[in-house]
Amino acid sequence: MKSTIRVAAAAILLTTTAAMADTAGPAPKPDAHGPNISGFFSPFPFQGGEAIYKGVCQGCHMADAKGAVGAGMYPALAKNENLETAAYPVGIVLKGQKAMPFFALQLNDQQIADVVNYVRTHFGNKYKDKVKPEDVKALR
Amino acid sequence: MTDQPIAPSRRSLLSMIGGVAGSAAMYHAMTEMGYADESTFKGPVKLSPPPAGTSVLILGAGVAGMVAAMELRDAGYKVQVLEYNGRPGGRNWTLYGGDTYTELGGFTQKVGFDPGQYINPGPWRLPYHHQGILHYVNRLGVALEPFTQVNFNAYVHSTNAYGGKPQRYRQVQADFHGHVAELLAKTTKQGALDQSVSKQDREMLMVALQNWGALNGNYEYGKSIETSLRRGFDVDPGGGLNSMPVPSEPRAMSDVVQSGLWAAIGASCNYEMQSAIFQPKGGMGMIGKAFGAALGPLIQYNAKVIEIKQDEKGVTATYIDSRTGGEKRTASADWCVCTIPASILTQIPMNVAAPMKNAINQLSYSAALKVGLQFKRRFWEQDDHIYGGITYTNQPNGTISYPMWDYFSKGKGVVLGAYTFGQAAYLAAAKSPEDRIQDALEYGSKIHPQYRQEFDAGVAVAWHRVPWTLGCAGAWTEPARAVHYDNLCALDGRIVLAGEHASRIPAWQEGAVTSSIDAITRLHQRVMSA
Repeated sequence: MKSTIRVAAAAILLTTTAAMADTAGPAPKPDAHGPNISGFFSPFPFQGGEAIYKGVCQGCHMADAKGAVGAGMYPALAKNENLETAAYPVGIVLKGQKAMPFFALQLNDQQIADVVNYVRTHFGNKYKDKVKPEDVKALR
Repeated sequence: MTDQPIAPSRRSLLSMIGGVAGSAAMYHAMTEMGYADESTFKGPVKLSPPPAGTSVLILGAGVAGMVAAMELRDAGYKVQVLEYNGRPGGRNWTLYGGDTYTELGGFTQKVGFDPGQYINPGPWRLPYHHQGILHYVNRLGVALEPFTQVNFNAYVHSTNAYGGKPQRYRQVQADFHGHVAELLAKTTKQGALDQSVSKQDREMLMVALQNWGALNGNYEYGKSIETSLRRGFDVDPGGGLNSMPVPSEPRAMSDVVQSGLWAAIGASCNYEMQSAIFQPKGGMGMIGKAFGAALGPLIQYNAKVIEIKQDEKGVTATYIDSRTGGEKRTASADWCVCTIPASILTQIPMNVAAPMKNAINQLSYSAALKVGLQFKRRFWEQDDHIYGGITYTNQPNGTISYPMWDYFSKGKGVVLGAYTFGQAAYLAAAKSPEDRIQDALEYGSKIHPQYRQEFDAGVAVAWHRVPWTLGCAGAWTEPARAVHYDNLCALDGRIVLAGEHASRIPAWQEGAVTSSIDAITRLHQRVMSA
């Protein structure tokens, strides 16, 4: 996955910068068009585990973290024993799993640590050990 | 990995592409990194008759599944289709006034549109070069009408350009082309291009730039009748007395460049955005309905597949009623074409070998949002003279598209008030349908102040909440494709996969059609060589 992300990002640069590399005037500013949350891999603005959960995770895992079932299902994060080893959810948030997209480009180390800590201490989960940003960085 | 070296450029690029050009361009850039593979459709399928009694089980009655069912049936196969929903079409889907839709998590929306009003939550366009889906549209007798992609009188909008005031597409394009032409003409005249352009070519280039940018005799772009014939007049010419036109003032070059609005022009040049583009009269779902009618009792609806098992003799799918659960039932055949989205299939036990399994397991599904807004009157036509087409904005709603039917109707009309991917779509999925609609109204009212006064009813579909796909489409990246794509498409024993996810035209119905035709052709070859 590491190389996948890197190559993908490089490919975007290659295919889309050509046209604007030599334009006159100042280079476009990173956020020239405001917060722009329609971007595919643009970083999520939320800070703090609860805000990140409600802005990102809740879309699939639901407000009560109990998931949902249709033709397929979204797993419950509530009372989820797979969360016992913190590295497991960190890895899944970073790299994705099955239908779940990866968030390595959209959430930074602090954000991932925060949201994993939030989920591991809410929704009936009571894990005491905390994930630190360095732990996330090590798994990238 | 460290993303520091690439992060700033990536962000700036994507914010430019996604912010203004809209989600279509963004989607294209992200899913295929600029690839625009052409359809591989080579005309109607011709399969020779198989050995008598040969049967195929088809999983999913979306476009891919129903193409397979129709062609295999016509060739002489015994065909059965299992479908999770109570209707044919899959993502070929239209929501009409009076329809009810319940998403994962339980929010139920009763569509409050008037009869005949609709939105297409999924695909909504049929480019002329998508000859595969167009073939079936024609074969099924589905009536088409034009889809307007580029409307020169629609808006391009950025909250950070021109004080947040929306600009007409024709003005943005005329000014951008005009200023670029003037610059290049100046450069050419100054001799800066003498090394790379021959004298003869320089002369022709100057004429071409004058023509392309509406430059005057001195190769300048400025206020004139000629430039207003591109960007529009302050007062249009008319008949009789007092009919003199008043030309409009082009925007200054720096403003045009800094606005970023030019990104919409590039997006509109994409192969898939080029005229002619069609839509079925009465909604995209008319195609799915026509397929369903043609296949009749071959489709078993409300069937939720929970296991797929193959052995040396055949394939058996176990399913339950998708509404009530209940007892397990089975359907068996010699072969299987499985069009269930990988997001769902990854959760269904299926004995295929590791290469196909890994390919299915690695494919995530992207977020997408569509919001339909019914207004009491067609103010975009009556007040703004926008008839169909698309407005782009850097706000999270991304796109506003105006109905391309019933022009000049005095009645209500449904606008596509949001169509977006990526982060905005994640955020929307986490909200209630009512809040998604309120957001679309808030953003849209920055462009059309009439929004609040005229709003009547809305519906919002966030694709991560759609119970039968868990997302909009397979989110391939080129590196992942290099490793897994062939394995996803290859026949595994008696099972072959098909759908947009098994195509190089992801998220398009043409991908589903061409994938299906390729899959059944290879399956047929295997049957005939057995």
